[in-house]
Amino acid sequence: MSIPQNQKTESTRHKRWVKSTHFIITLSFLALTVSGYVILMSHPRLYWGKAGNDLTPALFELPISRNYHHGGWEKNIPFKHLTGSQVSAARTYDIFNENGWGRSTHFLAAWFLFAAGLIYFVAGFFSGHFRRNLAPARREFSMKLLWADFVSHFRKQSYSSSKYGLLQKVTYLWVIFFLFPVIILTGFTMSPAITASYPFLLKIFFGHQSARTIHFFAAVLLVLFLLVHLVMVIRSGFRRNLWAITFGKES
Amino acid sequence: MKEKRLMNRRKAIFTGLTSAGALLLSGCLKKAPPTYGNILRMGDDLTYMVQRGILSQRALAMEYQRSDITSFPVTDIGNPADPTSKKAYNKEYQELQRDNFKDWALIVEGSVAKPGKYSMDALKKLSQRTQITRHTCEEGWSAIAEWTGVPLAAVLKDAGILHSARFVSFYGFDSYAESIDMLDALHPQTILAHTMNGEDLPARNGAPLRLRVETQIGYKNVKYLQRIVVTDKFADPGPDISSGWSWYTGI
Repeated sequence: MSIPQNQKTESTRHKRWVKSTHFIITLSFLALTVSGYVILMSHPRLYWGKAGNDLTPALFELPISRNYHHGGWEKNIPFKHLTGSQVSAARTYDIFNENGWGRSTHFLAAWFLFAAGLIYFVAGFFSGHFRRNLAPARREFSMKLLWADFVSHFRKQSYSSSKYGLLQKVTYLWVIFFLFPVIILTGFTMSPAITASYPFLLKIFFGHQSARTIHFFAAVLLVLFLLVHLVMVIRSGFRRNLWAITFGKES
Repeated sequence: MKEKRLMNRRKAIFTGLTSAGALLLSGCLKKAPPTYGNILRMGDDLTYMVQRGILSQRALAMEYQRSDITSFPVTDIGNPADPTSKKAYNKEYQELQRDNFKDWALIVEGSVAKPGKYSMDALKKLSQRTQITRHTCEEGWSAIAEWTGVPLAAVLKDAGILHSARFVSFYGFDSYAESIDMLDALHPQTILAHTMNGEDLPARNGAPLRLRVETQIGYKNVKYLQRIVVTDKFADPGPDISSGWSWYTGI
């Protein structure tokens, strides 16, 4: 496709790599959310620390599958030579577990997200996309402006489409440079093979179960972002925005 | 300016695709498990090849302190000594257990110069290793325990493993089975454990002998070991691929 020398200035259009990576990231994110939820359903208990299971105290539990408080355990058997109160117990309950396809789908989607995310990251730096469109200008560094922008989102108003708003920039930067790196790294921290090679991951996230819990909260925040993002896309002109992110021009 | 940026983008995409392709090709396609045209299994194989290509193959999984030891749930397919267990019951095992496993011996066969049987005493005369490691279940929970056992490498060496050997399959009395590749089989932390938390391996934790593969997910750790078979070709003796699960679970 040739670059049309149309009347629009460059900043009003999404670049082709922005559009294609956004599309792949959206689809993989949806697949990751669904499969992640299915994986969580098989063990809806979250912990803090190096390890945690049904026989140790949970941080909190989610009533999202029949596994919630199932209570199907044989009698506790203590370990004879340990001084603590550690026990073993056999499960008698047939749990909900769809992790066969759930886990493989999660990791396959993660590969797509990782590849598209990497392209977006590298291209974002070298094309100046981050610097030009996402980094707030010097004069924008003000809590007053941020608050005014925040309040304005609850009022009916017309949105200027050519530039990102301050709150929008801050949110995108937070998602791109904090939430996504955290959710990817905590995902790595749950892998036995990756943490064997990079044990520092277990240190910075306080252990395997803490990483799982942080992974969960990062996912919750990303889903919240997605919902707000969708509301904003709809409120500021759904058809026009969808056209812009698909074909790159404003209709 | 515009032209220059266009080149950068193309270069970025081209470099990304080329390196992804190079990774795929260099990743020893021949040794990967079959996918049967299933896209999820292709994703599993990609993970397997990339982890084998990038991660250190000798790096040890995190080892913990005695104070980190936790309770340990038993969540296998059933008790092989229990006649009411449809999936797991094995009469031979029940009789061996009645005798406190006096007559139990591990069968080692396949691509080894000296196939045969190893009694518990014979196994204990080979080298021993004690490690406090984390068991990471695909369901989402984890547990830490101290294991003592014979490094699998020592058993394979004693049996005279042949140069053509590539995979090792493990068969449990509960009719569960798994296989691992030679890199995991010869990993220093891959042991056949007979002692857990300082006592003889308790009944439901896999007595008298179980596999510990610390660089993979929990379900690779076959319990109630009956025999191991060394093969030159990929073998999936267990329920993994045939019932829709990933064979490689370093993640």
